[in-house]
Amino acid sequence: MNPRMMFATTRRVLEQLRHDHRSVALIMVVPALLLTGVYYLFENETLPPGFPRTFDRVGLMMLAIFPFVVMFLVTSITMLRERTSGTLERLLTTPIHKADLLFGYALAFSIMAALQSLVATAVAYWIFNLDIKGGPGYVVMIAVINAVLGVALGLLCSAFARTEFQAVQFMPVVVIPQILLCGLFVARDHMNGLLEGISNVLPLTFSVDALQQIAGNAEATQAMWQDAGIMAAIVVGVLVLASFTLRRRTS
Amino acid sequence: MSHSPAGNPAPGMSPAPPAVKAVGLHVTRGHKKILRGLDFAMEPGRITGLLGPSGSGKTTLMRCIVGVQRLTDGTIEVLGRPAGTPSLRHDVGYVTQAPSVYTDLSVEANVRYFGAMHGVSAADTAEAIAAVGLEALARQKTADLSGGEFSRVSLACALVSHPKLLILDEPTVGLDPVLRAELWERFAAMAESGTTLLVSSHVMEEASHCSSLLLLRDGLLLAQLSPAELSERGHSNDLEKAFLHIIQETSATSNRRSANESQVAS
Repeated sequence: MNPRMMFATTRRVLEQLRHDHRSVALIMVVPALLLTGVYYLFENETLPPGFPRTFDRVGLMMLAIFPFVVMFLVTSITMLRERTSGTLERLLTTPIHKADLLFGYALAFSIMAALQSLVATAVAYWIFNLDIKGGPGYVVMIAVINAVLGVALGLLCSAFARTEFQAVQFMPVVVIPQILLCGLFVARDHMNGLLEGISNVLPLTFSVDALQQIAGNAEATQAMWQDAGIMAAIVVGVLVLASFTLRRRTS
Repeated sequence: MSHSPAGNPAPGMSPAPPAVKAVGLHVTRGHKKILRGLDFAMEPGRITGLLGPSGSGKTTLMRCIVGVQRLTDGTIEVLGRPAGTPSLRHDVGYVTQAPSVYTDLSVEANVRYFGAMHGVSAADTAEAIAAVGLEALARQKTADLSGGEFSRVSLACALVSHPKLLILDEPTVGLDPVLRAELWERFAAMAESGTTLLVSSHVMEEASHCSSLLLLRDGLLLAQLSPAELSERGHSNDLEKAFLHIIQETSATSNRRSANESQVAS
Protein backbone atom coordinates (compact mmCIF):
# COMPACT_ATOMS: atom_id res chain seq x y z
CA MET A 1 0.00 0.00 0.00
CA ASN A 2 1.10 3.51 -0.77
CA PRO A 3 -0.45 6.37 1.26
CA ARG A 4 0.25 8.93 -1.48
CA MET A 5 -1.80 7.01 -4.04
CA MET A 6 -4.53 6.27 -1.49
CA PHE A 7 -4.92 9.92 -0.45
CA ALA A 8 -4.78 11.02 -4.10
CA THR A 9 -7.70 8.66 -4.75
CA THR A 10 -9.63 9.98 -1.74
CA ARG A 11 -9.06 13.53 -2.91
CA ARG A 12 -10.13 12.67 -6.45
CA VAL A 13 -13.37 10.96 -5.32
CA LEU A 14 -14.24 13.91 -3.03
CA GLU A 15 -13.48 16.36 -5.84
CA GLN A 16 -15.82 14.43 -8.14
CA LEU A 17 -18.55 14.66 -5.50
CA ARG A 18 -17.89 18.35 -4.90
CA HIS A 19 -18.78 19.12 -8.51
CA ASP A 20 -22.07 17.30 -8.01
CA HIS A 21 -23.97 19.68 -5.74
CA ARG A 22 -27.21 17.78 -5.98
CA SER A 23 -25.72 14.52 -4.73
CA VAL A 24 -24.00 16.31 -1.86
CA ALA A 25 -27.31 17.90 -0.89
CA LEU A 26 -29.08 14.55 -1.07
CA ILE A 27 -26.43 12.86 1.08
CA MET A 28 -26.52 15.63 3.72
CA VAL A 29 -30.18 16.55 3.91
CA VAL A 30 -32.28 13.49 3.07
CA PRO A 31 -31.49 11.42 6.20
CA ALA A 32 -32.36 14.39 8.44
CA LEU A 33 -35.64 14.92 6.54
CA LEU A 34 -36.57 11.24 6.78
CA LEU A 35 -35.79 11.30 10.48
CA THR A 36 -38.18 14.22 10.82
CA GLY A 37 -40.79 12.11 9.04
CA VAL A 38 -40.24 9.23 11.45
CA TYR A 39 -40.63 11.59 14.41
CA TYR A 40 -44.00 12.91 13.24
CA LEU A 41 -45.12 9.39 12.33
CA PHE A 42 -45.03 8.47 16.02
CA GLU A 43 -46.00 11.92 17.27
CA ASN A 44 -49.46 10.95 18.52
CA GLU A 45 -48.67 7.62 20.13
CA THR A 46 -50.06 7.28 23.65
CA LEU A 47 -47.59 5.85 26.13
CA PRO A 48 -47.90 4.84 29.76
CA PRO A 49 -45.77 7.20 31.88
CA GLY A 50 -42.09 6.26 32.01
CA PHE A 51 -42.35 4.13 28.85
CA PRO A 52 -39.75 5.03 26.13
CA ARG A 53 -41.01 6.62 22.91
CA THR A 54 -40.94 4.48 19.74
CA PHE A 55 -38.90 7.30 18.15
CA ASP A 56 -36.10 6.69 20.64
CA ARG A 57 -35.83 3.12 19.39
CA VAL A 58 -36.63 3.47 15.66
CA GLY A 59 -35.04 6.89 15.16
CA LEU A 60 -31.81 5.64 16.68
CA MET A 61 -31.65 2.65 14.34
CA MET A 62 -32.44 4.90 11.39
CA LEU A 63 -29.28 6.86 12.21
CA ALA A 64 -27.26 3.73 11.42
CA ILE A 65 -29.33 2.45 8.49
CA PHE A 66 -29.35 5.67 6.39
CA PRO A 67 -25.59 5.90 5.87
CA PHE A 68 -25.50 2.21 5.01
CA VAL A 69 -28.15 2.51 2.29
CA VAL A 70 -26.97 5.83 0.85
CA MET A 71 -23.30 4.85 0.71
CA PHE A 72 -24.13 1.48 -0.84
CA LEU A 73 -25.97 3.21 -3.68
CA VAL A 74 -23.47 6.03 -4.21
CA THR A 75 -20.49 3.67 -4.19
CA SER A 76 -21.91 0.97 -6.43
CA ILE A 77 -22.84 3.53 -9.10
CA THR A 78 -19.54 5.45 -8.85
CA MET A 79 -17.48 2.26 -9.05
CA LEU A 80 -19.56 0.90 -11.91
CA ARG A 81 -18.91 4.11 -13.83
CA GLU A 82 -15.22 3.67 -13.13
CA ARG A 83 -15.38 0.13 -14.52
CA THR A 84 -17.37 1.00 -17.65
CA SER A 85 -15.67 4.30 -18.59
CA GLY A 86 -12.25 2.66 -18.95
CA THR A 87 -10.69 4.71 -16.15
CA LEU A 88 -10.38 1.63 -13.95
CA GLU A 89 -8.48 -0.30 -16.61
CA ARG A 90 -6.29 2.73 -17.18
CA LEU A 91 -5.62 3.13 -13.45
CA LEU A 92 -4.63 -0.52 -13.20
CA THR A 93 -1.93 0.05 -15.85
CA THR A 94 -0.34 2.57 -13.45
CA PRO A 95 1.62 1.60 -10.32
CA ILE A 96 -1.47 2.04 -8.08
CA HIS A 97 -2.14 -0.92 -5.78
CA LYS A 98 -5.67 -2.29 -5.63
CA ALA A 99 -5.74 -1.62 -1.88
CA ASP A 100 -4.86 2.05 -2.48
CA LEU A 101 -7.86 2.35 -4.77
CA LEU A 102 -10.32 0.51 -2.51
CA PHE A 103 -9.22 2.15 0.73
CA GLY A 104 -9.07 5.51 -1.04
CA TYR A 105 -12.72 5.06 -1.96
CA ALA A 106 -13.61 3.79 1.50
CA LEU A 107 -11.92 6.79 3.15
CA ALA A 108 -13.59 9.34 0.87
CA PHE A 109 -17.07 7.99 1.47
CA SER A 110 -16.44 7.55 5.21
CA ILE A 111 -15.72 11.26 5.39
CA MET A 112 -19.04 11.93 3.64
CA ALA A 113 -20.76 9.45 5.95
CA ALA A 114 -19.31 11.09 9.05
CA LEU A 115 -20.64 14.48 7.90
CA GLN A 116 -24.00 12.94 7.05
CA SER A 117 -24.41 11.23 10.41
CA LEU A 118 -23.26 14.37 12.26
CA VAL A 119 -26.16 16.25 10.65
CA ALA A 120 -28.67 13.46 11.27
CA THR A 121 -27.52 12.83 14.85
CA ALA A 122 -27.59 16.55 15.65
CA VAL A 123 -31.18 16.76 14.38
CA ALA A 124 -32.19 13.69 16.41
CA TYR A 125 -30.60 15.01 19.61
CA TRP A 126 -31.27 18.74 19.53
CA ILE A 127 -34.54 19.03 17.62
CA PHE A 128 -36.31 15.82 18.59
CA ASN A 129 -34.60 15.25 21.98
CA LEU A 130 -33.58 11.67 21.24
CA ASP A 131 -33.51 10.07 24.67
CA ILE A 132 -30.83 7.39 25.07
CA LYS A 133 -28.36 6.71 27.86
CA GLY A 134 -25.13 6.53 25.80
CA GLY A 135 -23.22 9.40 24.16
CA PRO A 136 -23.85 10.70 20.64
CA GLY A 137 -20.17 10.18 19.75
CA TYR A 138 -20.67 6.41 19.84
CA VAL A 139 -23.79 6.70 17.68
CA VAL A 140 -21.80 8.58 15.04
CA MET A 141 -19.01 5.99 15.26
CA ILE A 142 -21.42 3.11 14.59
CA ALA A 143 -23.03 5.12 11.76
CA VAL A 144 -19.63 5.61 10.11
CA ILE A 145 -18.74 1.91 10.41
CA ASN A 146 -22.10 1.16 8.80
CA ALA A 147 -21.38 3.61 5.99
CA VAL A 148 -18.05 1.92 5.31
CA LEU A 149 -19.89 -1.40 5.23
CA GLY A 150 -22.20 0.11 2.58
CA VAL A 151 -19.12 1.31 0.65
CA ALA A 152 -17.47 -2.13 0.80
CA LEU A 153 -20.61 -3.97 -0.32
CA GLY A 154 -21.16 -1.39 -3.08
CA LEU A 155 -17.62 -1.86 -4.38
CA LEU A 156 -18.13 -5.62 -4.41
CA CYS A 157 -21.61 -5.58 -6.01
CA SER A 158 -20.52 -3.19 -8.79
CA ALA A 159 -18.48 -6.09 -10.18
CA PHE A 160 -21.65 -8.07 -10.86
CA ALA A 161 -23.55 -5.32 -12.64
CA ARG A 162 -23.01 -4.28 -16.23
CA THR A 163 -25.25 -1.24 -16.20
CA GLU A 164 -26.30 1.34 -13.62
CA PHE A 165 -29.81 -0.06 -13.85
CA GLN A 166 -28.56 -3.47 -12.72
CA ALA A 167 -26.48 -1.89 -9.98
CA VAL A 168 -29.56 -0.29 -8.46
CA GLN A 169 -31.32 -3.68 -8.54
CA PHE A 170 -28.78 -4.98 -6.06
CA MET A 171 -30.35 -2.86 -3.36
CA PRO A 172 -33.41 -5.11 -2.84
CA VAL A 173 -31.09 -8.13 -2.80
CA VAL A 174 -28.34 -6.89 -0.53
CA VAL A 175 -29.78 -4.07 1.55
CA ILE A 176 -33.46 -4.73 2.20
CA PRO A 177 -33.11 -8.23 3.76
CA GLN A 178 -30.65 -6.74 6.24
CA ILE A 179 -33.09 -3.97 7.16
CA LEU A 180 -35.95 -6.47 7.57
CA LEU A 181 -33.95 -8.86 9.74
CA CYS A 182 -31.79 -6.49 11.78
CA GLY A 183 -34.30 -6.21 14.64
CA LEU A 184 -35.95 -2.98 13.55
CA PHE A 185 -39.38 -4.49 12.80
CA VAL A 186 -39.40 -7.58 15.01
CA ALA A 187 -37.08 -8.25 17.94
CA ARG A 188 -34.65 -10.89 16.78
CA ASP A 189 -35.41 -13.36 19.59
CA HIS A 190 -39.06 -13.39 18.43
CA MET A 191 -38.14 -14.55 14.90
CA ASN A 192 -38.42 -18.17 13.82
CA GLY A 193 -35.24 -20.23 13.92
CA LEU A 194 -34.35 -19.89 10.24
CA LEU A 195 -34.83 -16.12 10.08
CA GLU A 196 -32.98 -15.63 13.36
CA GLY A 197 -30.15 -17.78 12.02
CA ILE A 198 -29.87 -15.62 8.89
CA SER A 199 -30.17 -12.47 10.98
CA ASN A 200 -27.29 -13.64 13.18
CA VAL A 201 -24.81 -13.50 10.30
CA LEU A 202 -25.97 -10.30 8.55
CA PRO A 203 -23.62 -7.37 9.20
CA LEU A 204 -26.35 -4.80 9.88
CA THR A 205 -27.55 -6.92 12.82
CA PHE A 206 -24.35 -6.19 14.70
CA SER A 207 -24.71 -2.45 14.31
CA VAL A 208 -28.32 -2.50 15.56
CA ASP A 209 -27.14 -4.58 18.52
CA ALA A 210 -24.37 -2.07 19.18
CA LEU A 211 -26.87 0.81 19.07
CA GLN A 212 -29.10 -0.99 21.57
CA GLN A 213 -26.07 -1.29 23.85
CA ILE A 214 -25.45 2.45 23.49
CA ALA A 215 -29.14 3.21 24.15
CA GLY A 216 -29.23 1.12 27.32
CA ASN A 217 -25.92 2.04 28.96
CA ALA A 218 -24.34 5.35 29.87
CA GLU A 219 -20.84 3.91 29.41
CA ALA A 220 -19.53 1.99 26.40
CA THR A 221 -20.05 -1.73 27.05
CA GLN A 222 -17.81 -4.56 26.05
CA ALA A 223 -20.65 -5.99 23.93
CA MET A 224 -20.72 -2.75 21.92
CA TRP A 225 -16.99 -2.86 21.23
CA GLN A 226 -17.33 -6.50 20.27
CA ASP A 227 -20.10 -5.66 17.77
CA ALA A 228 -18.04 -2.80 16.35
CA GLY A 229 -15.02 -5.11 16.05
CA ILE A 230 -17.01 -7.77 14.19
CA MET A 231 -18.39 -5.11 11.82
CA ALA A 232 -14.89 -3.82 11.11
CA ALA A 233 -13.71 -7.37 10.40
CA ILE A 234 -16.63 -7.90 7.99
CA VAL A 235 -15.78 -4.61 6.23
CA VAL A 236 -12.16 -5.67 5.72
CA GLY A 237 -13.31 -9.11 4.50
CA VAL A 238 -15.70 -7.59 1.95
CA LEU A 239 -13.01 -5.15 0.75
CA VAL A 240 -10.62 -8.06 0.22
CA LEU A 241 -13.32 -9.86 -1.79
CA ALA A 242 -13.87 -6.66 -3.78
CA SER A 243 -10.15 -6.47 -4.56
CA PHE A 244 -10.42 -9.86 -6.30
CA THR A 245 -12.92 -8.33 -8.72
CA LEU A 246 -10.34 -5.77 -9.88
CA ARG A 247 -8.36 -7.51 -12.58
CA ARG A 248 -5.30 -6.06 -14.20
CA ARG A 249 -5.34 -8.60 -17.01
CA THR A 250 -8.49 -9.62 -18.86
CA SER A 251 -9.19 -11.78 -21.87
CA MET B 1 31.39 10.56 -21.25
CA SER B 2 29.16 11.26 -24.19
CA HIS B 3 25.53 10.23 -24.29
CA SER B 4 24.23 8.97 -27.57
CA PRO B 5 20.48 9.20 -27.88
CA ALA B 6 18.73 5.87 -27.53
CA GLY B 7 18.13 4.13 -30.82
CA ASN B 8 21.17 5.67 -32.49
CA PRO B 9 24.02 3.62 -31.06
CA ALA B 10 27.53 4.89 -31.63
CA PRO B 11 29.51 2.95 -34.25
CA GLY B 12 31.08 -0.15 -32.81
CA MET B 13 28.44 -0.54 -30.09
CA SER B 14 25.95 -3.37 -30.37
CA PRO B 15 22.51 -2.08 -31.44
CA ALA B 16 20.17 -1.18 -28.59
CA PRO B 17 17.89 -4.04 -27.52
CA PRO B 18 14.35 -3.74 -28.91
CA ALA B 19 11.80 -1.77 -26.88
CA VAL B 20 9.14 -4.38 -27.67
CA LYS B 21 9.71 -7.90 -28.90
CA ALA B 22 6.87 -10.29 -29.72
CA VAL B 23 7.34 -13.96 -30.55
CA GLY B 24 4.51 -16.17 -31.81
CA LEU B 25 1.86 -13.94 -30.27
CA HIS B 26 -1.63 -15.50 -30.30
CA VAL B 27 -4.79 -14.11 -28.72
CA THR B 28 -8.12 -15.91 -28.93
CA ARG B 29 -11.29 -14.43 -27.45
CA GLY B 30 -14.06 -17.01 -27.23
CA HIS B 31 -13.81 -18.81 -30.56
CA LYS B 32 -12.54 -15.77 -32.38
CA LYS B 33 -8.85 -15.64 -33.24
CA ILE B 34 -7.87 -11.99 -32.78
CA LEU B 35 -4.11 -12.28 -33.20
CA ARG B 36 -2.72 -15.24 -35.14
CA GLY B 37 1.01 -15.52 -34.55
CA LEU B 38 2.79 -12.17 -34.59
CA ASP B 39 6.58 -11.84 -34.59
CA PHE B 40 8.14 -8.41 -34.57
CA ALA B 41 10.53 -6.11 -32.76
CA MET B 42 10.23 -2.37 -32.18
CA GLU B 43 13.31 -0.18 -32.23
CA PRO B 44 13.70 2.08 -29.19
CA GLY B 45 13.53 5.86 -29.58
CA ARG B 46 11.43 5.65 -32.72
CA ILE B 47 7.83 6.11 -33.76
CA THR B 48 6.32 2.87 -34.93
CA GLY B 49 2.99 3.09 -36.73
CA LEU B 50 0.44 0.32 -36.28
CA LEU B 51 -1.79 0.36 -39.32
CA GLY B 52 -4.65 -1.74 -40.46
CA PRO B 53 -8.40 -1.69 -41.05
CA SER B 54 -10.69 -1.65 -38.04
CA GLY B 55 -11.10 -5.12 -36.57
CA SER B 56 -7.58 -6.14 -37.60
CA GLY B 57 -6.42 -6.53 -33.99
CA LYS B 58 -4.61 -3.22 -33.43
CA THR B 59 -6.15 -2.52 -30.03
CA THR B 60 -5.67 -6.11 -28.84
CA LEU B 61 -2.00 -5.95 -29.80
CA MET B 62 -1.63 -2.68 -27.87
CA ARG B 63 -3.33 -4.23 -24.85
CA CYS B 64 -0.82 -7.11 -25.03
CA ILE B 65 2.09 -4.67 -24.91
CA VAL B 66 0.57 -2.77 -21.98
CA GLY B 67 0.06 -6.09 -20.21
CA VAL B 68 -3.71 -6.01 -19.69
CA GLN B 69 -4.50 -8.68 -22.28
CA ARG B 70 -4.34 -12.39 -21.44
CA LEU B 71 -2.22 -14.14 -24.07
CA THR B 72 -3.30 -17.46 -25.60
CA ASP B 73 0.20 -18.29 -26.77
CA GLY B 74 3.57 -16.70 -27.41
CA THR B 75 5.60 -14.14 -25.50
CA ILE B 76 5.93 -10.40 -25.51
CA GLU B 77 8.79 -8.51 -23.93
CA VAL B 78 8.68 -4.80 -23.15
CA LEU B 79 11.88 -2.91 -22.29
CA GLY B 80 13.53 -6.27 -21.61
CA ARG B 81 10.85 -7.53 -19.19
CA PRO B 82 7.75 -9.66 -19.84
CA ALA B 83 4.75 -7.41 -20.61
CA GLY B 84 2.67 -6.75 -17.50
CA THR B 85 5.60 -6.91 -15.06
CA PRO B 86 4.74 -4.56 -12.15
CA SER B 87 7.93 -2.51 -12.55
CA LEU B 88 6.85 -1.68 -16.14
CA ARG B 89 3.83 0.26 -14.86
CA HIS B 90 6.13 3.25 -14.27
CA ASP B 91 7.61 3.07 -17.75
CA VAL B 92 4.67 2.40 -20.06
CA GLY B 93 1.98 4.98 -20.85
CA TYR B 94 -1.25 3.92 -22.52
CA VAL B 95 -3.88 6.12 -24.14
CA THR B 96 -6.98 4.16 -25.05
CA GLN B 97 -9.04 4.91 -28.12
CA ALA B 98 -12.05 6.16 -26.15
CA PRO B 99 -10.69 8.86 -23.83
CA SER B 100 -10.62 7.34 -20.34
CA VAL B 101 -10.65 10.30 -17.96
CA TYR B 102 -13.01 11.49 -15.25
CA THR B 103 -15.55 13.69 -17.00
CA ASP B 104 -16.70 15.29 -13.75
CA LEU B 105 -13.21 16.57 -12.90
CA SER B 106 -11.29 19.52 -14.29
CA VAL B 107 -8.49 18.97 -16.80
CA GLU B 108 -5.95 19.80 -14.11
CA ALA B 109 -7.49 17.43 -11.53
CA ASN B 110 -7.43 14.56 -14.03
CA VAL B 111 -3.78 15.08 -14.95
CA ARG B 112 -2.82 15.64 -11.31
CA TYR B 113 -4.50 12.38 -10.25
CA PHE B 114 -2.81 10.20 -12.86
CA GLY B 115 0.45 12.03 -12.13
CA ALA B 116 0.10 11.19 -8.43
CA MET B 117 0.43 7.50 -9.33
CA HIS B 118 3.98 8.28 -10.46
CA GLY B 119 4.80 10.84 -7.76
CA VAL B 120 5.23 13.73 -10.19
CA SER B 121 5.39 17.41 -9.23
CA ALA B 122 2.91 20.22 -9.91
CA ALA B 123 5.31 21.47 -12.60
CA ASP B 124 5.05 18.14 -14.42
CA THR B 125 1.25 18.44 -14.34
CA ALA B 126 1.38 21.93 -15.83
CA GLU B 127 3.92 20.79 -18.44
CA ALA B 128 1.73 17.88 -19.57
CA ILE B 129 -1.29 20.17 -19.91
CA ALA B 130 0.77 22.67 -21.90
CA ALA B 131 2.08 19.87 -24.11
CA VAL B 132 -1.42 19.20 -25.41
CA GLY B 133 -2.27 22.90 -25.63
CA LEU B 134 -4.92 23.00 -22.93
CA GLU B 135 -3.36 25.57 -20.53
CA ALA B 136 -6.27 27.95 -21.05
CA LEU B 137 -8.80 25.24 -20.21
CA ALA B 138 -6.96 23.70 -17.24
CA ARG B 139 -9.72 24.58 -14.77
CA GLN B 140 -12.58 23.59 -17.05
CA LYS B 141 -14.63 20.53 -16.28
CA THR B 142 -13.65 17.81 -18.75
CA ALA B 143 -17.28 17.08 -19.63
CA ASP B 144 -17.65 20.64 -21.00
CA LEU B 145 -14.81 20.27 -23.52
CA SER B 146 -15.12 19.50 -27.23
CA GLY B 147 -14.35 16.01 -28.53
CA GLY B 148 -10.84 16.90 -29.65
CA GLU B 149 -9.99 18.67 -26.39
CA PHE B 150 -11.39 15.73 -24.46
CA SER B 151 -9.06 13.23 -26.13
CA ARG B 152 -6.10 15.56 -25.49
CA VAL B 153 -6.87 15.41 -21.75
CA SER B 154 -6.51 11.65 -21.99
CA LEU B 155 -3.16 12.11 -23.74
CA ALA B 156 -1.95 14.57 -21.09
CA CYS B 157 -2.75 12.00 -18.39
CA ALA B 158 -0.26 9.63 -20.08
CA LEU B 159 2.40 12.28 -20.83
CA VAL B 160 2.53 13.42 -17.21
CA SER B 161 4.54 10.37 -16.09
CA HIS B 162 7.20 10.77 -18.83
CA PRO B 163 6.90 7.12 -19.94
CA LYS B 164 9.77 5.41 -21.76
CA LEU B 165 7.24 3.65 -23.98
CA LEU B 166 4.05 5.38 -25.02
CA ILE B 167 1.22 3.40 -26.59
CA LEU B 168 -1.35 5.57 -28.37
CA ASP B 169 -4.53 4.08 -29.79
CA GLU B 170 -5.76 6.35 -32.60
CA PRO B 171 -4.72 9.58 -30.86
CA THR B 172 -5.47 11.86 -33.80
CA VAL B 173 -9.06 10.79 -34.51
CA GLY B 174 -11.38 13.78 -34.53
CA LEU B 175 -8.60 16.37 -34.42
CA ASP B 176 -8.37 19.20 -36.92
CA PRO B 177 -5.41 19.18 -39.34
CA VAL B 178 -3.49 21.92 -37.49
CA LEU B 179 -3.66 20.08 -34.17
CA ARG B 180 -2.85 16.80 -35.81
CA ALA B 181 0.32 18.29 -37.29
CA GLU B 182 1.23 19.75 -33.88
CA LEU B 183 0.79 16.40 -32.18
CA TRP B 184 2.96 14.60 -34.71
CA GLU B 185 5.65 17.24 -34.15
CA ARG B 186 5.42 16.56 -30.42
CA PHE B 187 5.65 12.80 -30.97
CA ALA B 188 8.73 13.33 -33.14
CA ALA B 189 10.32 15.49 -30.42
CA MET B 190 9.60 12.81 -27.84
CA ALA B 191 11.18 10.13 -30.01
CA GLU B 192 14.16 12.43 -30.47
CA SER B 193 14.67 12.53 -26.70
CA GLY B 194 14.54 8.74 -26.44
CA THR B 195 10.87 7.85 -25.95
CA THR B 196 9.58 4.89 -27.93
CA LEU B 197 6.13 5.41 -29.42
CA LEU B 198 3.62 3.03 -30.92
CA VAL B 199 0.82 4.90 -32.64
CA SER B 200 -2.13 3.17 -34.24
CA SER B 201 -4.16 4.71 -37.00
CA HIS B 202 -6.36 3.71 -39.84
CA VAL B 203 -5.54 6.90 -41.72
CA MET B 204 -2.72 5.88 -44.02
CA GLU B 205 -1.48 9.41 -44.67
CA GLU B 206 -0.24 9.49 -41.08
CA ALA B 207 2.11 6.61 -41.83
CA SER B 208 4.64 9.04 -43.30
CA HIS B 209 5.33 10.40 -39.79
CA CYS B 210 6.56 7.01 -38.56
CA SER B 211 9.99 5.51 -39.02
CA SER B 212 8.64 1.98 -39.07
CA LEU B 213 5.23 0.53 -39.87
CA LEU B 214 3.49 -2.62 -38.73
CA LEU B 215 0.77 -3.54 -41.23
CA LEU B 216 -1.88 -5.65 -39.57
CA ARG B 217 -4.81 -7.42 -41.20
CA ASP B 218 -7.12 -10.07 -39.74
CA GLY B 219 -4.73 -10.69 -36.86
CA LEU B 220 -1.75 -11.31 -39.12
CA LEU B 221 1.28 -9.12 -39.66
CA LEU B 222 1.39 -8.42 -43.40
CA ALA B 223 4.68 -6.58 -43.25
CA GLN B 224 7.02 -4.48 -41.14
CA LEU B 225 8.64 -1.80 -43.24
CA SER B 226 9.43 1.89 -43.52
CA PRO B 227 7.07 4.31 -45.31
CA ALA B 228 9.50 4.46 -48.25
CA GLU B 229 9.54 0.68 -48.52
CA LEU B 230 5.76 0.67 -48.32
CA SER B 231 5.37 2.99 -51.32
CA GLU B 232 7.99 1.00 -53.22
CA ARG B 233 6.42 -2.40 -52.51
CA GLY B 234 2.91 -1.05 -53.11
CA HIS B 235 3.98 0.71 -56.33
CA SER B 236 2.42 4.02 -55.27
CA ASN B 237 3.44 7.23 -53.51
CA ASP B 238 -0.07 7.30 -52.10
CA LEU B 239 0.42 5.18 -48.98
CA GLU B 240 -3.27 4.28 -48.91
CA LYS B 241 -3.05 2.82 -52.42
CA ALA B 242 0.23 1.14 -51.59
CA PHE B 243 -1.33 -0.52 -48.54
CA LEU B 244 -4.34 -1.71 -50.59
CA HIS B 245 -1.95 -3.09 -53.20
CA ILE B 246 -0.06 -5.09 -50.57
CA ILE B 247 -3.33 -6.43 -49.19
CA GLN B 248 -4.44 -7.57 -52.66
CA GLU B 249 -1.03 -9.09 -53.27
CA THR B 250 -0.99 -11.06 -50.02
CA SER B 251 -4.60 -12.21 -50.28
CA ALA B 252 -3.90 -13.35 -53.86
CA THR B 253 -0.91 -15.38 -52.62
CA SER B 254 -2.84 -16.88 -49.75
CA ASN B 255 -5.74 -17.73 -52.11
CA ARG B 256 -3.34 -19.42 -54.49
CA ARG B 257 -1.76 -21.28 -51.59
CA SER B 258 -5.10 -22.50 -50.27
CA ALA B 259 -6.13 -23.44 -53.83
CA ASN B 260 -2.93 -25.47 -54.15
CA GLU B 261 -3.55 -27.10 -50.78
CA SER B 262 -7.05 -28.13 -51.78
CA GLN B 263 -5.66 -29.60 -55.03
CA VAL B 264 -3.17 -31.62 -53.03
CA ALA B 265 -5.93 -32.80 -50.76
CA SER B 266 -8.16 -34.00 -53.61
